[in-house]
Amino acid sequence: MSEIASRLQHHFADEEQQYDAATFGMWVFLVTEIMFFGGLLMTYVVYRTTFPQVFAEASHHLNIYLGTFNTIVLIGSSLTMAMAVHSARLNHRNALAGYLVLTMILGSVFLGVKSYEYAHKWHEGLFPGNFFYDGPDAVHQRLFFSVYFALTGLHAAHMIIGIGIMAVMLRMTLKNSFDENWYTPVELTGLYWHFVDLVWIFLFPLLYLIERHG
Amino acid sequence: MQTSERKKPNYLNAEHTVASWLLTVDHKRIAILYLVSITLMFFIGGLMAGAIRTELLTPAGDLMSSDTYDKAFTLHGIVMVFFFLIPSIPATLGNFLVPLMIGAKDLAFPRLNLLSWYVYIVGATIGIVATVTGGLDTGWTLYTPYSTAYATTNVVLPAIGIFITGFSSILTGLNFIVTIHKMRAPGLTWFRLPLFIWAHYATSIVMVLATPVIAITVLMVVLDRGFGLGIFDPKAGGDPVLFQHLFWFYSHPAVYIMILPAMGVISEVIPCFSKKRIFGYNFIAASSLSIAVIGFFVWGHHLFTTPQSMYAAMAFSIISFAVAVPSAVKTFNWAATMYKGSITFEAPMIYAFGFMGLFLVGGLTGLFLGALGLDLHVHDTYFVVAHFHYIMVGGAIMAYMAGLHFWWPKITGKMYPEGPAKAAALIIFVGFNLTFFPQFLAGYAGMPRRYHYYPPEFQIFNVLSTAGASILGFGYLLPLCYLLWSLRHGREAGPNPWGATGLEWMIDSPPPPHNFDTTPVVNWEPYDYPAAHRDAAKDAVPEAASV
Ligand code: HEM
Ligand SMILES: [Cu+2]
Repeated sequence: MSEIASRLQHHFADEEQQYDAATFGMWVFLVTEIMFFGGLLMTYVVYRTTFPQVFAEASHHLNIYLGTFNTIVLIGSSLTMAMAVHSARLNHRNALAGYLVLTMILGSVFLGVKSYEYAHKWHEGLFPGNFFYDGPDAVHQRLFFSVYFALTGLHAAHMIIGIGIMAVMLRMTLKNSFDENWYTPVELTGLYWHFVDLVWIFLFPLLYLIERHG
Repeated sequence: MQTSERKKPNYLNAEHTVASWLLTVDHKRIAILYLVSITLMFFIGGLMAGAIRTELLTPAGDLMSSDTYDKAFTLHGIVMVFFFLIPSIPATLGNFLVPLMIGAKDLAFPRLNLLSWYVYIVGATIGIVATVTGGLDTGWTLYTPYSTAYATTNVVLPAIGIFITGFSSILTGLNFIVTIHKMRAPGLTWFRLPLFIWAHYATSIVMVLATPVIAITVLMVVLDRGFGLGIFDPKAGGDPVLFQHLFWFYSHPAVYIMILPAMGVISEVIPCFSKKRIFGYNFIAASSLSIAVIGFFVWGHHLFTTPQSMYAAMAFSIISFAVAVPSAVKTFNWAATMYKGSITFEAPMIYAFGFMGLFLVGGLTGLFLGALGLDLHVHDTYFVVAHFHYIMVGGAIMAYMAGLHFWWPKITGKMYPEGPAKAAALIIFVGFNLTFFPQFLAGYAGMPRRYHYYPPEFQIFNVLSTAGASILGFGYLLPLCYLLWSLRHGREAGPNPWGATGLEWMIDSPPPPHNFDTTPVVNWEPYDYPAAHRDAAKDAVPEAASV
């Protein structure tokens, strides 16, 4: 009991207020993230409507199988993250640690596949700093890849940060910091991870699936 | 010394070590950290302004080369906008007062608050070091493709500095939003909040929604420059005007980050020195929110001379007129508050008067600029320069000074000397008008901004302006002197020297480390000024405090 009381910071009236503030703060933060990606997505929208044909062309250079695979991996990681939060709520310490590790592994798989894709683009000459593709309308194709790398790179940076945060959560779990009354950090990590996952759910069709039908 | 030891400890004397300041999580101390840092920034920016005005004294470019001049006004703009004005009121007065005014012991996330200061310091240092060592000549607006493809100066580092300070502003906004939602004292309903809080709430919304966009935009500039992404480079198929859209999508709302907190300050000062309840409380509160919302849909008025669609330009023009309405609502309500009040003219009130006059001119000339046809004539002239200085310097900084004087007794426990303060307020007002009014005339007559030489027929305006700037600069040095002087020699202020309402006036000055010994329960309406006499309010304070 005394240990739990000590988690109440002095400026909050009670734990409920502290918990409400923390989760609300996280949601506000996620709103700023939406605006952050939003600026880049707006750029995407502008160029895609200006050069629809070229974007469809360029999109075909992306490997749809790897993209699909990664999408499944990431959705899987959201599931394991949800299970981690669930285990925290039930105070199942080992399950919590296990699910965190699993989520980190899935995240790393995603990043591994992504870097393989990046390396491939480098060799094909479709990398902004190393662009020697000379197919039709190469200039505007390059624009597609600039936006592609900016968006996926930013997304990957968010994943790396997420995996780092999970490492901290894992340490806290192993040090017995959480119990069924207090696991707010795990819950906030979950919110963040689901958000990062959701960004990809938008990026995948926007980047990989342009004019793939028929 | 002895007396202060006998008294209860306050946030200033509770601890003394350097670490107790640099590692503090007390919102009041963090406010002081910000106060010191932004004051420094203000004088760096001011130095550049002095250089610019000196150069413009004569039509020839005799003091510096074009390149140096470009760097001087860029540094001036970046420092004043990003490192001074945006954090000014929210990070100092806001940080200090938001928890006090809502009866909380601190902001919701005290450590995040300290982090935001460090982020600010890192960003500002990078920005300053980069602009001073290499220099940057793009103007504070960083327009592409000049900034991405052609400028030979140091674009990347200052851009990173702006990127980083952006996060400190996001963290402050986030902290305020959560605090105002979740930490209000029992009984303190939304419509009992001081209007200062409403203003900061609206500001925070803008900070949280707009700042990420400038962050990603300057990041794109950095990537364009560093890795040849070509997003804004026409040679690579990119669109430089897209940058302007993204930039102003942040930077127009950002002007409201600067002016909304100022309006919040004025809404506190006017009723206090009129000893009257604020007129139209609900309207003022709602106008803050509507300014925040409408302000997001007017950015295109900075692009009237670009190939943006004519219909878009017309829409932006009309919405720009609409956004002036809530500002006018506030101004009328302040005037109505003073009507039949028993007005006294202490320094904060004089600054507040200065604010109202200058903001009025700035706002009305904003409407000139928002008018499509007229803007084509005055775009990129000194008319625009005068417009935004009337609002940012005449409005925002005047209000900042009003607030600083008004809450100085609360922050330091000491009264500032009234005579010098009144004199400074008047000197600043006169100096300001002399500096910037001639710029309206010069601009209307066609003098373009951002050149260091000009045709001789504009000299008279520039001589007047430089003369005014000297007075203005002197005026700003005065508060620096007498406020510092008052720290040692000022009269003891006592809890409530103005007979003001508001929870912050019911505790000691300076406040104790944790603000309130017992959480106050609020069962009264805001701005409960007895119309009759201020001493009545003074007497009422100890009773209210013991509730
Ligand atoms: C009444 C509402 C306002 C309207 C309708 C308005 C309108 C405008 C317009 C149309 C311009 C562009 C002029 C041009 O470049 O040709 C402009 C420039 C500017 N305004 Fe305002 N404005 C308003 C309020 C404000 C406020 C409150 C601030 C600051 C606190 C502000 C700061 C600026 C700045 C900094 C610029 C110049 C930016 C630059 O090009 O460097 N304005 N305004
Ligand atoms: Cu604007």
